[in-house]
Amino acid sequence: MKTQKGFLHLNMTRREQIAGYLFVSPLMLGLFVITLIPVIGSLLLSFTNWNFVTGIKGIEFAGFANFVKLFNDDVFMKSLWNNIIFIITVPATIVLSLFLAILIDKYVYLKGMFKVIYFLPYISSIVAIAMVWQVLFHPSLGPVNNFLISIGFDNPPRWLADIDYALPSLMLIQIWIMTGYNIIIFIAGLQGIPKDLYEAADIDGANVWEKFRHITVPCISPTTFFLLVTGIIGTFKIFDLIQVLTQGGPANSTTVIVYELYDTAFIQLKSGYASSMAMILFLICLLITGLQMLVQKKWVNY
Amino acid sequence: MKQINVTKLIWTCVMAGFGIISLLPFLWMLSTSFKTELDVFVFPIEWIPVRWNMIENYMAVWTGNFVRYYGNSIYITLATTAINVFVCALAAFGFSKLRFPGRDAMFLLVLALYMVPPQASLVPQFLLFNELNLIDTHLGLILINSFSIIGAFMLKQFFMSVNNEYMESARIDGAGYVRTFFQIALPLIRPGLATYAILRFIWTWNDYQYPLIFLKTKELFTIQLGIRLFGDQYGDIYSLMMAGAVSAILPLLIIFAIGQKQVIEGISLGGVKG
Repeated sequence: MKTQKGFLHLNMTRREQIAGYLFVSPLMLGLFVITLIPVIGSLLLSFTNWNFVTGIKGIEFAGFANFVKLFNDDVFMKSLWNNIIFIITVPATIVLSLFLAILIDKYVYLKGMFKVIYFLPYISSIVAIAMVWQVLFHPSLGPVNNFLISIGFDNPPRWLADIDYALPSLMLIQIWIMTGYNIIIFIAGLQGIPKDLYEAADIDGANVWEKFRHITVPCISPTTFFLLVTGIIGTFKIFDLIQVLTQGGPANSTTVIVYELYDTAFIQLKSGYASSMAMILFLICLLITGLQMLVQKKWVNY
Repeated sequence: MKQINVTKLIWTCVMAGFGIISLLPFLWMLSTSFKTELDVFVFPIEWIPVRWNMIENYMAVWTGNFVRYYGNSIYITLATTAINVFVCALAAFGFSKLRFPGRDAMFLLVLALYMVPPQASLVPQFLLFNELNLIDTHLGLILINSFSIIGAFMLKQFFMSVNNEYMESARIDGAGYVRTFFQIALPLIRPGLATYAILRFIWTWNDYQYPLIFLKTKELFTIQLGIRLFGDQYGDIYSLMMAGAVSAILPLLIIFAIGQKQVIEGISLGGVKG
C-alpha cells in the first residue's frame, strides 16, 4: 500500500514537471526568439559598422567607435537632452493627477463618469489624437491660436512649428494623455489608505492640508514612486507622438532617442549605429531600474 | 450633513469644468467630422455644426482603402489578442500552479527581460523577421505582439488568487493537466482573462510602431497607418481627417464602454502598461 502510494506520488511529480515545462514553453520560446536573442543581437551589432543594404558580408567590427561617434553626434545628444527635458512631464502629471484623484475619490458625485472622462485620452489611438492636436495647434487657422488672438494675444506662438514651442507643446499633449492613467492608479492607492487614520486626525483637529501632508502623501508614496519610475522609463520610450506630429523637427528641436533610433535604423538603414543607440536606451532603462531599487526603501515611507 | 453635500456639489461642478476642458479635443474632433470643410476653422468655434455634412464625410471616408485598413486592423487585433492571451494563460498556469525544477530561475529570467525596452531589440527583430520572410506580412505583425511578459504577470496574479482545491480534486478524479487547465483553471479566472484580453485588444489596436516598421504594402496597412495615409492623400481636408480619426477611435470606445470596469480594474491592479 505504502509503496504503491509512493510510486503514484513520484509518477505524479514527474508528470507535473513535464506538464510544467510544456505549459511555459510557448511563452519562453517566444521570448527567447523575440526578446532575448534580439537584445543580444543589438549588443553585438552595436560594436559593428554595418549598413543593412550591404548584407551580412558587409559587417565590420568597429569596437567602441559607434559609442564615441554617438557622443560627438550633435543630433543624438540633442535627442538625449530632449528626453531629459521630457522627464518634467512625469512630476507634472503626478501632481495634477494626485489633485484630481483626491477630488474624484472623496469630494465629487459621479466618480465613475470622471474616471472615464480623464481616461479617454489614454485609451484612444495616439495617431488619431495626434492628428487632432495637429489641427488644434495649427499656427494660423487653429482654434487654439484663434482663441488666443480673440482674448488679446497678437502674436501667439506657432506651437508645433516653432523651435521654442514644439517640445513644450508635445509635453502638454503627453501630460494630457497620461493624466487619466495616473488618476486611476492614484485612486486605487488612495482607497488602500486606512480610514481610521483620517478619523484619528479629525479627532486631533487636523485641517485638510495637514491631513494631506501627514497622512495622504506618506501613505500614497509607494504609488507615487511607482508612477515616477514607470513614468520616467515611459518618457524614454516615447515615439508615436513625435513620429506623427513633428518627426523630430523643426530643426531637431523635438527629436528623441527612439525617434533617432528609428530614423537611423529604418530610414538611413545604418543597423550598427542604430544598435548602439538601442544599447544606450537599454542602459538608461537599466540605470533607472537600478536607482529605483536603491532608492525605494529610503524614499517610500509610511 | 447638508453642508458636506454643498461642498461636494461645488467640487463636482469644478471637476466638470476640468473634465470638459480635457474632453474639448474629442468634442472638436467629433464636431469637425460633421462639418463641411469650409466651416472647419470658423471662429468662434461652431461646436454644433451650422451646416451638416456628416453623411457625406463619413461616406467619403468609408469608401476605398479605409474599409480594407479597418478589416486588417480587426483581423490582426483579434488574432493577436487570442494568441497572446492563450500563450500568457498557459505560462501563468505553469508558473503559478505547477512545480518543476528551474521554475523560479525561468521566472526570474522573464522578470529580467521585462526591463528590456522593446525598442532596444527592434533592429535584430526586424533582421530576424526579414530572414524568415515575415516582414510585410500580417503573420509577422501578429507573432511579434503575441508574447507578452505583462500578460503572464497579470494572469499569474489571477491564478494565485484562486484556491488550489478545485484543481487538485479534478486531478485526483483523473483529469490530466490539459483538461484541468481548460475545464477548471481557465473558467476560474474568467474575469481576469476578460480584463487582460480587453487591455491587449486596446494596446494592439493602437500599436503604431510595429506596423510602421513591418508593413510596406499599402493593402496590408492597419488603421493607424491608414488614417495617416488618408491625411496625406487628401492633404488638408480636415473634416475628412477627423471623420477618419473618429472611426479609428470608435471600436475602442465601444470596447471601453462594455469593459470599462475590467479596464479600470486591470489598470489599477499593478499599474499595467504597454
